[in-house]
Amino acid sequence: MKGTNLGEFEELVLLTIAALVNDAYSVAVCDELEKHTGRVAKLGVVHAVLNRLEEKGLVKSRMGESTNARGGKRKRYYEVTHAGKIALTHAKDVRESLWRIIPGFNLEGLI
Amino acid sequence: MKRFASQNDHSKKESEAVQPPRWAQRLLNWYCRPDLLEDLQGDLNEYFDRNVLAKGASQARLIYCLDVLKFFRLYTLRKPDFINLFVHWIMIGSYLKTSRRSLMRNKLFSFINIFGLAVSMSVGMLVIAFIVDLRSYDDFHTKKDRIYRVTTTYQNLDQPVMDFASTSVRAGKKIRQTAAGIDALTILRNGFSGDAHVGESTIPLDALWADESFFKVFTFPLLKGNPATALKNPYSLVLTEKTAEKLFGNADPLGKTIRFDTLNYLVTGVAKDVPKLSHLQFDALVSFSTAEAQQTKADPNFLSWENIWQNYVYIVLAEKATPDPLNATLTKLSTLENAANKNVKITIALQPLKEVALGRRLSNSIGPTMVPIVVWILSGLAFVIILSACFNYTNLSIARSLRRSREVGVRKIIGALRGHVLGQFLAESVIVALLAFVFSFVIFLFLRTQFLSLASYVEKLVSLEISYKLILYFLGLATAVGLIAGFLPALFFSRVNALQVIKDASTIKVFRHVSMRKALIVIQYTLSLIFIATTLIGYNQYRGFITFDLGFTTDNILNVRLQQNKGNLLKKELAEIPGILEISQSMMVTSLGSIHGTNAKYINPQDSAMVWLNQVDEHYLPVHNHKLIAGKNFTLRPKKGEETEVIVNEQVLKRFNIANKKPENALGKFLTVDGKKLAIVGVLKDFHYGSVEKKIEPVIFRYSADEPWGYLNVKVSSADLPATLASIDNAWRKIDKVHPLDAKFYDDQIEEAYAQFSVMLKVIGFIAFLAICIASLGLFGMVVFTTETRLKEISIRKVLGASEEGLIYLLSRGFLGLLTMAALIALPATYLFFDKVILVNFAYHQPIGLGELLLGVVVVMGLAFLLIGSQTLKAARKNPAHILKSD
Repeated sequence: MKGTNLGEFEELVLLTIAALVNDAYSVAVCDELEKHTGRVAKLGVVHAVLNRLEEKGLVKSRMGESTNARGGKRKRYYEVTHAGKIALTHAKDVRESLWRIIPGFNLEGLI
Repeated sequence: MKRFASQNDHSKKESEAVQPPRWAQRLLNWYCRPDLLEDLQGDLNEYFDRNVLAKGASQARLIYCLDVLKFFRLYTLRKPDFINLFVHWIMIGSYLKTSRRSLMRNKLFSFINIFGLAVSMSVGMLVIAFIVDLRSYDDFHTKKDRIYRVTTTYQNLDQPVMDFASTSVRAGKKIRQTAAGIDALTILRNGFSGDAHVGESTIPLDALWADESFFKVFTFPLLKGNPATALKNPYSLVLTEKTAEKLFGNADPLGKTIRFDTLNYLVTGVAKDVPKLSHLQFDALVSFSTAEAQQTKADPNFLSWENIWQNYVYIVLAEKATPDPLNATLTKLSTLENAANKNVKITIALQPLKEVALGRRLSNSIGPTMVPIVVWILSGLAFVIILSACFNYTNLSIARSLRRSREVGVRKIIGALRGHVLGQFLAESVIVALLAFVFSFVIFLFLRTQFLSLASYVEKLVSLEISYKLILYFLGLATAVGLIAGFLPALFFSRVNALQVIKDASTIKVFRHVSMRKALIVIQYTLSLIFIATTLIGYNQYRGFITFDLGFTTDNILNVRLQQNKGNLLKKELAEIPGILEISQSMMVTSLGSIHGTNAKYINPQDSAMVWLNQVDEHYLPVHNHKLIAGKNFTLRPKKGEETEVIVNEQVLKRFNIANKKPENALGKFLTVDGKKLAIVGVLKDFHYGSVEKKIEPVIFRYSADEPWGYLNVKVSSADLPATLASIDNAWRKIDKVHPLDAKFYDDQIEEAYAQFSVMLKVIGFIAFLAICIASLGLFGMVVFTTETRLKEISIRKVLGASEEGLIYLLSRGFLGLLTMAALIALPATYLFFDKVILVNFAYHQPIGLGELLLGVVVVMGLAFLLIGSQTLKAARKNPAHILKSD
């Protein structure tokens, strides 16, 4: 898992962060993922992935303001870095190029 | 523990709402990297709040705990702080210095701590040495991990199952032929015992029969001779070094002959002496082929599947093999063999060599065994004592914290972190424990000799030699004790708020831990009281056992073991001694716990029952004052094996319902014993044949005046005993020149039979003594401390007119309450424990007296009163002017 290659779940998390814009913190990422994928996203897994993404430099984080909720603890907001954006686009390009070369693949019945 | 709201910016209302478990929060705090901590805490809180709403508080708490545990991952872990460790290293000198100063400043408290820890640790060391010895049994065999013993479960039709360490020769041979995965197998047989004659000298010798693979299985190095062939031929013999020297001196024994009775044995090897920690002990080994040659002729059952009583089979598994497939083979073999005989069910199985010495008790065991439960109990007792001493340390340290907390405050202001203070106090307690270790080692050396001389079987069982490994364990124990004792004080000091302490030391809440300290004192005293009550009750029961009215008299009866001599010859010699009143013969000595059973039938041939047997001559009943309730003593004097009479006890009548249990009518009825019809000539009043743990069971006496394996029961007059005993010894030497006289008074034998109880009592009594000493010291320390801190208060009260008695009451009230509480817990607990758990195992026992229960309390309370009273009186008598003036 070294380098800038994205795992499937990493990509999903990264996309979710991008989608949530200014409100991307761990619990919200979990909720959003659940909403879109229908799978249960465990905090433990998401937390580890967020941490790994930050290590790879694909996201950066800052602490929010402290409020009365969450026992007074601040949230850590994530935002996709330039490298992250490149990685996402790259992943998308790879997929599209692959889609393009699949011959006679009819999706009409599915949609 | 009280719950505190977390110190963060909680609003009052929220802190009252449901909170995640405090310990889980702390755990997270402790292990999580600081830069990840805050938002992770927040996330968990958010989920917790959601779960409280969705699933309820308890579910939410559980999930929180699980989550905290789940987040324990490599990336969340706090990296160890090497700088902190380095700081500890630098500060060791300072810790040592302050520890020394604080030890010297409070000599009394230091003494209490070190003494208590030293005494209790010495007990712990003894237990460790004991366990280490037991666990290193048979360690010298190079194949020890692969050696297994074949054990046997034996069940005779509708009788209880019995487990034997022994097995049949047939099993050994079958396994050797059929089973796969075995490197070597040896068959042993015990019971070779005789007098070895070499030229003029004669030495009694105990040996094992062993076949030629013996040295392939076990590591008993041969100094001389060839291990592969030494035990091959019949009538060959391997001596141990020691026996060889006894028999031949410095001459080379190899190739010489030794005579037993009329048979000559050839010495084919000399083995190194058997190590002490070996379950197999022997003076010599005789080739198994000897036994085969002799026994197959003499005993047609020698090779039968049921003959499981005297033979032992040991197996070396092939390398990397597991015992399971072999065990399955053995079970299959058992089923196959059992098919031939419907009445008995014999199952053989493997037992690892490691469990031979420290494992479950098996009948016919070879060598000493110790059941693990005893080891557990001993460890438990040692643990309790050590804990008690640790409590003292904890209590005294926290109580005196007022003084040390200022030091802690200064350290913290200079820059010590919580961890540093924690380390400092743990280091200090470890230093104290190591100091105590030096003393405790000396006490251990003393205890060791006492423990070994406690009972002969303890001395046979273990040696308790000191080794490097043992010392290492001891140091480990001391360190662990130091850490346990110092943990709570260290935690307490590390939480001290530096600013507060420096400003005004009196604001720190020394007394916040009062209830914990009280609880510790109550626990200590409860344990002490339980121990002492146990000792007293146990002692009373033990006295009850050895003075029990067995139904016959044992006074002044000397039982002389005949050791294969003719009883009548010896009797003739003894009869001439003036101090001897009467002599009888018997096969065995009853009421000592050993039993001898035989099968008997009455009219119904289907109804046979096990009855206990003794074979006696006509003098036996008068010598022992057995009471006949009907009939008379033996009148005929038949030769051995030709008798026609039997004397029974009341239980026999009851068991077979003979003549409606009317003793008079039972006379003349016939019992069939061993296929022989015997007429009942007398009915005895019930007496205790076995030990008093068991109910009285059917017993029969058969006539025999020729029991070379039995005893002479000699009734001696109490006048001039030493002279009588000396003449008995002289008479014995005329008959038997080889074996020393083995004569014991019946009463002493009974005491020996219950020796295990006396050993247990001595151990528990000693522990009780220690527990009381340690608890009393601790209490003393606390009393000294409280009176010292309240000296000013006492003075003021006195000035205002309080009486001395009133002051003593005031000071000791609290402690007395604690002691009463301890007594109220300990006494019912002990009573119930004995009444419901222990004494139900004994068919005949003394009732538990209130006296025994209370005596302990009185002694312990008296001691406590003395301690409290002397200190409070001293405080109350002080001149208030002196104390108040100085302030």
